[in-house]
Amino acid sequence: MRHSFTRAALLLCSAGWLAATGPALAEEAKAEPKPLKLTTTADHTKFKQLQKVFNSGPEVTKACLECHTEAAGQIHRTKHWKWEYLNPETKQTLGKKTVVNNFCISIASNYASCTSCHVGYGWKDANFDFKSEENVDCLACHDTSGNYKKPPGFAGNPVVKDTEFPPGSGKIIKGIDLSKIAQKVGKTSRDTCGACHFNGGGGDGVKHGDMDTSLAAPTKELDVHMDAEGLDFTCGTCHSTSSHDVAGSRYTPTAQDKQGARIRGKADKGNPATCVACHGNGPHKKEARLNQHATRIACQTCHIPAIARGGIATKMTWDWSTAGQRDAEGKHIVRKDAKGRITYESRKGDFTLAENVKPEYVWVNGQVTYTLITDKIDKSEQRTKINTLGGSATDGKSMIWPVKVFRGSQPYDPVNKTLVTPHTAGNDDTGYWKNLDWDKAITVGMKDSGHPYSGKMEFLKTEMSWPITHMVAPKEKALGCVECHSKDGRLAGIQGIYIPVRDNNKLVDTAGWAIVFLTLLGVFGHGAMRIVSSRKHQAKEN
Amino acid sequence: MAERIYVFKRFERFWHWSQAGLIMFLMLTAFDIHGTYTIFGFEKAVAYHTIAAWSLIGLWVFAIFWHFTTGEWKQYIPTTEKVVAMIHYYSVGIFRNEPHPFKLTQLRKHNPLQRLAYLGIMLCVGPLIWVTGGLYLFYDKWAAWGFGNLPLEWVATGHTIGAFMMLAFLIAHVYLTTAGHTPMAHIKAMITGWEEVE
Repeated sequence: MRHSFTRAALLLCSAGWLAATGPALAEEAKAEPKPLKLTTTADHTKFKQLQKVFNSGPEVTKACLECHTEAAGQIHRTKHWKWEYLNPETKQTLGKKTVVNNFCISIASNYASCTSCHVGYGWKDANFDFKSEENVDCLACHDTSGNYKKPPGFAGNPVVKDTEFPPGSGKIIKGIDLSKIAQKVGKTSRDTCGACHFNGGGGDGVKHGDMDTSLAAPTKELDVHMDAEGLDFTCGTCHSTSSHDVAGSRYTPTAQDKQGARIRGKADKGNPATCVACHGNGPHKKEARLNQHATRIACQTCHIPAIARGGIATKMTWDWSTAGQRDAEGKHIVRKDAKGRITYESRKGDFTLAENVKPEYVWVNGQVTYTLITDKIDKSEQRTKINTLGGSATDGKSMIWPVKVFRGSQPYDPVNKTLVTPHTAGNDDTGYWKNLDWDKAITVGMKDSGHPYSGKMEFLKTEMSWPITHMVAPKEKALGCVECHSKDGRLAGIQGIYIPVRDNNKLVDTAGWAIVFLTLLGVFGHGAMRIVSSRKHQAKEN
Repeated sequence: MAERIYVFKRFERFWHWSQAGLIMFLMLTAFDIHGTYTIFGFEKAVAYHTIAAWSLIGLWVFAIFWHFTTGEWKQYIPTTEKVVAMIHYYSVGIFRNEPHPFKLTQLRKHNPLQRLAYLGIMLCVGPLIWVTGGLYLFYDKWAAWGFGNLPLEWVATGHTIGAFMMLAFLIAHVYLTTAGHTPMAHIKAMITGWEEVE
């Protein structure tokens, strides 16, 4: 009796307490700003160094370096900073500073525009000081507010006051509040990496095909790992970073990862961004035969059925040779397709774009050789390969990889037999995008890159291969067997291996069906003769 | 009144018809996998083909055991006796209403040509299919088993050759079942066990 009374009283009390405090707590939660994620030990809004007005990027960096004393030095050693890379195998000097591509071609003489994607401030010409610590841009990668922008044309500087750009255009670029942004720094995200990497080649999804803004918050269907409502990987989950050096490289890609899954404590200098680094080399539990496939076929080949699957088209071709047309009034022309995508621009030429693109497939051993500005090219019917992916069925280190092959035509010096580096971006008399004059543009551009130009130019057909590794589909959407085990399947062009069905022996098939046919013929002939003869015998007996 | 002989025992009939069904299903899926037509599609056809192959292996284990414990294996010992007569019968005699040269008994239920044909299938076509098929099934184990250098092409081509030979055999075999003393005599015997002999 007493017990039940106590219990009832307790119940009443607690109910009353809940009724009294519940709504109050809820209101409090509404009033309070969202609490910070418990993924960091520092709340940057509380740092005195950041509670001030910043008038430029370098001012922010100086504040960062007061605590993060070694950060700039770490950045200085990376490709993200140097835009230069010495390939240890081929001894080629690569990096954005040096290579030529068949998109916007080259950064030489176009620094102020291109370096909006540099992790630094102020790289406006060939004289940029790569030793400067304060010119390291921390915010490009560590902004979490989403407000940090580095518009092209400002040599990698953010715009802090409303600015008319280009001058005299009437277009205003809004200034951003660096103080707020600096107080909200945090880990890198798909948004920060994507600000540049989703937009490579001058626009959303243009360059890679397996990277575009649809990966900012992808569905599971689009990318099983980055799935915003599922695993929600950031870029850094795979491209895990050590001392600011981000793992993964297109200059020395890991074609085949023999090390298996990475275990803590194991000495390891391998690339942590490979599929194998987590999944190991025998990931197919049910069908062991697929693990055998995986000894010759990169995971990406089956598990990325198509690229540009997120609703954003990727550029497939770019023909610079048709650039330069003007309308009747002498103005630049822009043509769009039915979906509103640009297919022609006077300053750039013709494009083709595509979504849900099936990649092409090639043997890849990880060795990539570039055609550089210093290399002599003999113009022929064949497309010149800007980058050549090494690999074959027999070298023991190649895997079959999916690649996006980007084809185009671009300016070329037929006398010196080299590619050229035209001056495209820039609000000046020689920039091609303003004045559509190749001669001026190439003369200035080649002077900047420091290479000879004969004064003559033609267009050269080129192609570039981009290994595909993002937009990994859920396993149910991986390629079915028949995609390759068929007469005209995806691997139709792959040499050096036997693929059942694709490589059925024609002689055996012909001979086999001939024997089967002859047997049938014999059987039917014999049967017919038996019927005829038995009728004769019956007739006789009657 | 014709004499009736009990030729095919219950297990033998069960073995024959399950084997017939499995082989025909294997044929159906085989040429689906081969790309000749699409019924199940490569992926499913491979799965079904594999299941049917394992079933047939299981059936063979029982059949081999049965043949040795019952002594029925002796039915397949080749003989040259009456081979010429059989060839003559199939090529000439059968059209002239001549009597069948072979008298069937319980101890000799296959005519000499049958013996040779079945033995050939069991010693040549069968092993070719089973060895290549087995290798195909365990493709992922080759390296571990020490023949990582075996070309897949050989195995695949050998398996295909076996399939064509088996298909040709199947056609001839089905036809020759009608060459008894009446067209249905052999087939009835394989169903009921009893063959009528003149």
